[in-house]
Amino acid sequence: MTPSRARATPFSTRDRLTAYLLAAPAGALLVGVALFPILFAAWLSLHRLILILRERRFIGLDNYAYLLHDQRFWTALGNTAYFAVFSVTAELGLGLAIASLLASAAPGQRLLRAAILVPWAIPAAVSGKIWAWLFNPDYGLFTRVLPGSINWLGTPGYAMPAAILVDVWKTVPFVALLIFAALRNIPEDLYRAASLDGASSWRIFRSITLPLLKPTLAVVLVLRTLDAFRVFDAIYVLTAGGPANTTETLAIYTYKTLMDAGDFGYGSTLAIATFLCVLVISIAYLRVLGSEGRA
Amino acid sequence: MRRLGLTLAVVLVVLFCTGPFLWQLLTSLRPENELTSLDFPSSLTLESYRSVLTGRPFARSVLNSFLVASATTATSLFFGATAAFALAKLEIRGQRFFLGMALLASMFPGVAVVSPLYLTVRALGLRDHLLGLVLPYTTFALPMAVWILSGFFRAIPDEIYRAAIIDGCSPFQAFRKIMLPLAAPGLGTTAILLFISSWNEFLYALALTSSARSRTVPVAIGLFSGDHKEPWGEIAAASVVAMLPVILVALVFQRWIAAGLTTSAGKQ
Repeated sequence: MTPSRARATPFSTRDRLTAYLLAAPAGALLVGVALFPILFAAWLSLHRLILILRERRFIGLDNYAYLLHDQRFWTALGNTAYFAVFSVTAELGLGLAIASLLASAAPGQRLLRAAILVPWAIPAAVSGKIWAWLFNPDYGLFTRVLPGSINWLGTPGYAMPAAILVDVWKTVPFVALLIFAALRNIPEDLYRAASLDGASSWRIFRSITLPLLKPTLAVVLVLRTLDAFRVFDAIYVLTAGGPANTTETLAIYTYKTLMDAGDFGYGSTLAIATFLCVLVISIAYLRVLGSEGRA
Repeated sequence: MRRLGLTLAVVLVVLFCTGPFLWQLLTSLRPENELTSLDFPSSLTLESYRSVLTGRPFARSVLNSFLVASATTATSLFFGATAAFALAKLEIRGQRFFLGMALLASMFPGVAVVSPLYLTVRALGLRDHLLGLVLPYTTFALPMAVWILSGFFRAIPDEIYRAAIIDGCSPFQAFRKIMLPLAAPGLGTTAILLFISSWNEFLYALALTSSARSRTVPVAIGLFSGDHKEPWGEIAAASVVAMLPVILVALVFQRWIAAGLTTSAGKQ
């Protein structure tokens, strides 16, 4: 954020009023659709609230006490972390490779740029269905082409890697575009000087490209971890958390508790737990952005 | 040799990115009895499209998605633009707080606010109603609009704004007549990104609608199933219908999108 500069024209009261009038609707909406709901959710999490039973009473922190011993919650947290670590690592690696390809003298750049936008643009829920078809145990292209005819989505241990693949496919374009934008900002002179000095391309990559990309990579890393902790659409459509809850992430467990079981009290507790995980990552993100702004 | 390697890499990446989509496209065009074949179909047919668009309420979902995405884009663009201008060009207290709020709100996990949104929307009598989706969609669309647009407004030199004021414009006139036209590319980019993310939204639409009457495209496809076995031909056709508009928009406005994505990630 740029610090506000001193301005030549002094602002009259009327002008100041305009400023607030312009910002007020969005401010009110932000409070209404973001701050209010999260506080409301926190309040709900202190209740026993089953919609169909019309039951609603205040129970203090009981839901949170239950959460600490809820094995399914810890499993979901573990699944989410597993998903986050592998998908984000793969996306960074592959994204860096594709970004380098975009920046290279490879032929077919226009085609490449168009192609990588395809997975990014399509709805995540639809990507779940596309891949469910590819992984279909009887007729799926993947199932039949890959050896062993494994039922990917129906076998614990295989379903999560499949879900990670879907996420990587969907998100790599975004990562590649961000890294590519940063790559283009690296001054050409640096490369020229290095190659005049006889540096190998690997050496150039390691000593020039990678250090200069570090801030962007950090931003992408945190941003993607954030997304991984919120992941819902594609996995819900692909496996709905199965088989045997092995792909059940925090968001999916929360959603099922809320909308399938109708338990709005404990569901809200899970929601707040998810929110807190994301909040911690968000704060890390703001830190990264802040330190980058000063650099 | 090096060129060959690069070409091969490009082919691989293009195949990886478009392959699953193309396979779905091919599936949607297969005759019913060749659905499970891995060979190229003996003939191509639009039968799956016909049955998904006429035999099911899917056409209604397409209309719903279009209405909800348009309404969300319009409202968020309007309120986002006024706020972003005020934040970027006017003296306003708490602008860091405002932007921080917008950023935080854009990072909320959607599922964290499903329960309050559900109860609120139900209390307003808007459950299973398209209007009951536009409001929740503001949770992600407005922060996105404020964040991207304030970047675009900040990029316009202060001098231009000051000149307008000295020439006798009120701040609002300066906004409407000078700044808004100058920020047009930014508005375009933002509109595209807003439209795509609203069109693609799944979680809220799944939670807040309960009948085919108000279902959006991603939900209709996510819940797609047949009586006995999954109708993969129809699913494929429906997916293509869901994907084509966004893919076309993305391809036509490629450059803008790349710029907008980079800005929205906070790098400017």
